[in-house]
Amino acid sequence: MRANALTKSYDGRTVVDHVSFEIPKGKVISFIGPNGAGKSTVMGILSRLIARDSGGVEFAGKDVSRWKSGELAKRLAILTQSNNIQMKLTVWELVSFGRFPYSGSRLTERDAQAARQAIEYMELTDLADSYIDELSGGQRQRAYIAMVIAQDTEYVLLDEPTNNLDIYHASRMMRTIRRLCDELGKTVILVLHEINYAAFYSDFICAFADGKIAAFGSVKEVMNRETLSALYGVDFEMIDVNGKPLSLYY
Amino acid sequence: MEHKEAGIIKERAFTLILAGGLLLLSVFSLFVGVIDLRGGSVVAGGLGRLDILLISRLPRLLAILCAGVGMSVAGLLTQQLCMNKFVSPTTGATLASAQFGILLALLFMPRSTIWGRAAFAFAAALAGTWAFVWFIQRIKFKDTVMTPLVGMMFGNVVGGVTSFLAYRFSMTQALSSWLAGHFALVLRGRYEIVYLVFPLIIVAFAFANHFNIVGMGRDFSQNLGVNYNLVLFGGLTIAAAITASVVVVVGSIPYIGLIVPNIVSMFKGDRIRGSLLDTAMFGAIFVLGCDLIGRVVVAPYEMPVELIIGILGSALFVAMLIRRLNRGRKHITLGRDMPPRAMGGMRS
Repeated sequence: MRANALTKSYDGRTVVDHVSFEIPKGKVISFIGPNGAGKSTVMGILSRLIARDSGGVEFAGKDVSRWKSGELAKRLAILTQSNNIQMKLTVWELVSFGRFPYSGSRLTERDAQAARQAIEYMELTDLADSYIDELSGGQRQRAYIAMVIAQDTEYVLLDEPTNNLDIYHASRMMRTIRRLCDELGKTVILVLHEINYAAFYSDFICAFADGKIAAFGSVKEVMNRETLSALYGVDFEMIDVNGKPLSLYY
Repeated sequence: MEHKEAGIIKERAFTLILAGGLLLLSVFSLFVGVIDLRGGSVVAGGLGRLDILLISRLPRLLAILCAGVGMSVAGLLTQQLCMNKFVSPTTGATLASAQFGILLALLFMPRSTIWGRAAFAFAAALAGTWAFVWFIQRIKFKDTVMTPLVGMMFGNVVGGVTSFLAYRFSMTQALSSWLAGHFALVLRGRYEIVYLVFPLIIVAFAFANHFNIVGMGRDFSQNLGVNYNLVLFGGLTIAAAITASVVVVVGSIPYIGLIVPNIVSMFKGDRIRGSLLDTAMFGAIFVLGCDLIGRVVVAPYEMPVELIIGILGSALFVAMLIRRLNRGRKHITLGRDMPPRAMGGMRS
């Protein structure tokens, strides 16, 4: 997946300004940066949720906008923060919707199998018949991830998956994301606010500032005092934990 | 899945109870009226009695069933597509717009057949619904209760224009039959409603999952490769067409589209595939029950069904509101980790 000179502006204000990068396959890539830096917008453009003004997103040899929506849905999944559904659906029903791109309204035995496995993978088997609006925030987030797993795509895009989660559930979510990559071989792109989660759990970090890429590289390349201080305008101190560069700020 | 079985049996039981109740009420409805058709009198009275059954009672029953099924399914679709449990043909200006369409038909094509009027009603209902949806998508209300309030105001404005034009052109009398729904005039040959409503219900069922997915939002739909605008437009078109069909044949039947889907969703959840049949049957039972009440309380006369539905419906609507508010408050006091915007009380 490659982005070429993506540009997007709202009401004359440029939020994404000629952004180009290439996403390495089979890795976890975190988008970080201050509010309004354009991370979520770029992610929206990558997943065709947001129309770009100019530039291109090449996905598997074809521009994203030229893919049939249903076909793209089998290869690329996105979860946004607006996935906060006030609907009385069971976990099973939600997860089986992940099979929609494959068989439409008719669930085949294979689809049911995939949905079951996804629920098992996210340890939700006991909750399969519970309504999602009765679950805790962490459980609900896991149900959405199960749906994405059932969707069986090579690429998974997550917009702030740890939003609204406490430390226990957030770190659990990050471990799950790591497993999506390591065990299921998916390429995961996520927007994160907690830079230490990004440092600890991802392979690459793409830092955005003012609609441009401020830094893009391996965790070690991006997570250093100078880059982060310049990015957020706050003093940082770096410490080394288990070979990962973590940051302190206050 | 094994653990699903208990749930399935419970859900089946709900469906079976509805089906049984519907059958019972339908048979009962055939034998309530000025002319006694009870017991052996159909046989004894010979062909004359049988004619009454075929000419008057049966078409009436079919019209009632279709009106109940149609309005509740139209309500279910509108609620899902607009992502708001308080939106329905009544609270979304669809009903009022359909009536406006009939007035236009009466004004411009006084000799129009029922099909001509249906076309006018459909066009107006569609325009009204679409304008309303466009409006609520533009203005994102913080409180879900605002949306139906705006819809009711919009509906009343349309209704006001209808009344004014009807008064101005001395059409009030002619129009009144479409303003208050009743089944007294449905006789043999008036099967249009059946032809109109049933194909639309089948289409709604075929695309049930599409509507569900669109009901979960634009991003969610696009992720699964569903064309949001197309399905939203298609679903609202079906809902408007059903509403227009019912209004043209029997007049306005309020509240059904608001209340029935909400009650059924408490038992069956929000997956349309799983709840459409129950919603349809429950809607039919509701209208049938109200029609029976209307025919029995002042027999040998009868009261328009709209009146009975209005009384029962508004009471249930208030109960529904209170229940939602209480549940919403419980969430705040229990401090469950619901995000702030879920606190308004709109759940399930």
